[in-house]
Amino acid sequence: MKQFYAFVRKEINHILRDVRTMMILLAIPVIQIILFGFAISTEVRNADIAIYDPSNDAATQRIGELIEVSSYFNVYKYVKTPQEINNLFKRGEVSMVVVFSDQFREKLMHTGKAEIQIIADASDPNNATSLTNYLKGIIGSYQQELMREQKVPYQITSEMKLLYNPQMKGSYNFVPGVLGMILMLICAMMTSIAIVREKEMGTMEVLLVSPMKPLLIIIAKAVPYFLLSCINLTTVLLLSIFVLDVPVAGSLFWLITVSLVFIFVSLSLGLLVSTVTESQMTAMLISGMVFMLPVVLLSGMMFPVENMPFLLQMVSHIIPAKWYISAVKDIMIKGAGFEAISKELAILAGMIVVLLVVSFKKFKSRLE
Amino acid sequence: MLKYLLEKEFKYIIRHPFLPKLILMFPLATLLILPMAANYEIRNINLSVVDNDHSPYSERLVQKIISSGYFRLTDVSDTYPEGVESIEFDKSDIIIEIPQNFEKDLVKEQTGKIMISANAVNGMNGGLGSSYLSSIVNDFASEVRGEWIQVAQVSGVPLIEVIPLNRFNARLNYKSYMVPAIMVMLLTMICGFLPALNIVGEKETGTIEQINVTPIRKFTFIISKLIPYWIIGFIVLTIGFGVAFAAYGLVPAGSFATIYLFAAVYILAISGLGLVISNYSETMQQALFVIFFFVIIFILVSGLYTPIKSMPEWAQAITVINPLKYFIEMMRSVYLKGSSVAELPVDLLALSIFAVVFNVMAVVSYKKQN
Amino acid sequence: MGRFVIEAENLVKKFGDFTAVDNISFQVGEGEIFGFLGANGAGKTTAMRMLCGLSKPTSGRGRVAGFDIEKEPEKVKSSIGYMSQKFSLYNDLKVWENIRLFAGIYGIPKNEIEEKTDALLRRLNFEKEKETFVKALPLGWKQKLAFSVSIFHKPRVVFLDEPTGGVDPTTRRQFWELIYEAADSGITVFVTTHYMDEAEYCNRVSIMVDGRIDALDSPANLKIRFDGENMDEVFNHLAGTAKRKGD
Repeated sequence: MKQFYAFVRKEINHILRDVRTMMILLAIPVIQIILFGFAISTEVRNADIAIYDPSNDAATQRIGELIEVSSYFNVYKYVKTPQEINNLFKRGEVSMVVVFSDQFREKLMHTGKAEIQIIADASDPNNATSLTNYLKGIIGSYQQELMREQKVPYQITSEMKLLYNPQMKGSYNFVPGVLGMILMLICAMMTSIAIVREKEMGTMEVLLVSPMKPLLIIIAKAVPYFLLSCINLTTVLLLSIFVLDVPVAGSLFWLITVSLVFIFVSLSLGLLVSTVTESQMTAMLISGMVFMLPVVLLSGMMFPVENMPFLLQMVSHIIPAKWYISAVKDIMIKGAGFEAISKELAILAGMIVVLLVVSFKKFKSRLE
Repeated sequence: MLKYLLEKEFKYIIRHPFLPKLILMFPLATLLILPMAANYEIRNINLSVVDNDHSPYSERLVQKIISSGYFRLTDVSDTYPEGVESIEFDKSDIIIEIPQNFEKDLVKEQTGKIMISANAVNGMNGGLGSSYLSSIVNDFASEVRGEWIQVAQVSGVPLIEVIPLNRFNARLNYKSYMVPAIMVMLLTMICGFLPALNIVGEKETGTIEQINVTPIRKFTFIISKLIPYWIIGFIVLTIGFGVAFAAYGLVPAGSFATIYLFAAVYILAISGLGLVISNYSETMQQALFVIFFFVIIFILVSGLYTPIKSMPEWAQAITVINPLKYFIEMMRSVYLKGSSVAELPVDLLALSIFAVVFNVMAVVSYKKQN
Repeated sequence: MGRFVIEAENLVKKFGDFTAVDNISFQVGEGEIFGFLGANGAGKTTAMRMLCGLSKPTSGRGRVAGFDIEKEPEKVKSSIGYMSQKFSLYNDLKVWENIRLFAGIYGIPKNEIEEKTDALLRRLNFEKEKETFVKALPLGWKQKLAFSVSIFHKPRVVFLDEPTGGVDPTTRRQFWELIYEAADSGITVFVTTHYMDEAEYCNRVSIMVDGRIDALDSPANLKIRFDGENMDEVFNHLAGTAKRKGD
């Protein structure tokens, strides 16, 4: 047993000495949470637009005012000729151009109809859709102003309220995703690299000949990463609770339990990778590109799973991170308890068993 | 001398058990799968209805809203607080509350009011939903007006007709938006990670010492590392074009030459960064994590997934020093809008500066003598 | 340019507080086989790396092949060959590819490379391994190959860092035969080793203890001075005073 502890201590020292990597590992989730929490938003704001106004009358000016005041838009330029419009788009200077018909007010008052063209740069379709609709909304408000002036009856006003209620944690989908990613990174990627490195250096054979059981060697290698994962888990939860204001609605105990289970799944995954390759570079590339990418994509962290085609949704079922993230969401945000996550727990536990069995089979066949 | 080094580099890559597969399969897989998954397309907005009136008019309004196709009715609550709960639990994005006496007020007083409460925290759905709702409500009001007032009296109402035009992507195809961006991400990962891991790999095996003791110039050595990945970058880009066309029918509106030109500069820049990192790393693991760190931040604040304009000032400031941002801008502009080099001078300039700076740093920070 | 191929004058190398090489001075003449002995950790490799232009001296001067090691390291490198402890051939390249790579780097004209490669492989009796990947070669062969590559361009000096580590005595003897051939052809050989018996093969030997050179002379003279029957005993006399333990 003493040998085991000595070995674990050696592994821990090894990691501690690599200060840079450790700092990065601790920093990544923090930075992600800050970026996701405060920097990134799919909401459209401050879009640069241009206005082409050949009429320049009271109506168009009023609409122009309303646009300038709106936080969705930033009037970049008042275009003098329609020829400039193309260039503006091609240079990426504006996302939208508002084109008033000429003699706007006159037409509006005398014929009862006037036109506004909204040309949106649809290379970003969401942007285009949002901006078009917001602009329509502004025109609609002007329309209502007009109707009020003219005392047109049967108007329904919509009163809008925006809810920024901090209890709306449903939106903070990324916290479970960040957790899933960093745990997978440390446990799968780093563990596999650590084991493969020993193989590459040739010292694995030395260890295998030593009186320590191979199982203990592997476990000893995994322990420091396990500890590192726990630290990261704590950091993320603390950040989430104190900086993002997203408290854990449900049971902390089950949250930690499911996290531990996921950590073991990732460690097993790392182990499996280490048994199939001899080179560090390959281990890195496999963990990095083959694991991390699906985790980020299909786990629901960045993109809503419901929007994905059926095929992908099926694929996401074999990704451990997906179950973990869904369990964490349930606990943190919906305040669920054991019953809600029992399915995820079972699946994750099952994955551990499968992964370990396959790994050991491969490990043994390598020894023969 | 360079020729022999290049020979060695290419042989190394081709003989590697995993690398060639990675270079060919990874772009393919990513381009096929990611656009399917990466979908911020605005689909159904989840609506919660709180109808305090339960009148024919209120029900008609609700019907009209649902049949618009924009919304999915996910919650019907009796009270406003219940509606808010449905937002908290992620069941709905927006609540429409119809007050008691809605119909009565509309008929008698000829005015009506409804409340729209949107989840502002979850970005688009809330804001968009409000716009859709208010325009549907206005339509409803006109319908009601039309039923109560004679046509002759209605003609005086001024109507602004709004004609939306979607340029460059008439069908609002989200994939057209994502595919070019994904190609950028691929190039970044492959041309950023691999050269870096390469040099550190030589450090770990010790072959770098053998190189350092020869009269090879630093500059020559660095170039020998850059060129193969430059070429690989072009291969990946071409594969990307192929997949974009075959799988999505996407062809650049602008010229391929423009894209290749920018790519040439961009790959130099990103490989240069990778090499700088590897010069300061002792082990492959270290290099990997530092690059990973940079790449993650770069990708998140590049405008790849979320618009830069929506970010707070401080985040937008960061994007200025993000090479990805310029390349993505270029890619999307050229692919979808047919922009040419003349229209994107800032992007080209910025990328060139990055390329020069990073590669100069790479040469300078490479020490043949410690 | 002096008549010495290697000159070290008060060379010192410090890493922070630790003095790895403590003020060493010596000269090596053309065609000599100069052995640099010492226990592991005595500072041999560090000293050698300074002479090769791989490491900047903290103080002191040195000249190799007439060039200053600190001010003209690249010129030094053009005139020397080097074989590191880790062999440093590319495992993923074949035998002939490794030879070709380094030959090209040292500027041997393209049309000569192939003939010289074949000649070398014939001399080493290695022809049938021409297409073998270096990683598949047994250790002894890797060493011989690495040495041959290091002198392929006929440098004035070749630096060998523990070149015979880990192989059986017969292979070691074969390796030293190669060294003799090189010395006979005019190449100065500077070799570090911790195998004391190899010291007998050298013209002169220096023994490093704790970063200093505690003795420098021919093996014969050293044996007389330190009253030893072989170099092992000579070394034990000196190393008894060593403070640094090997790794």
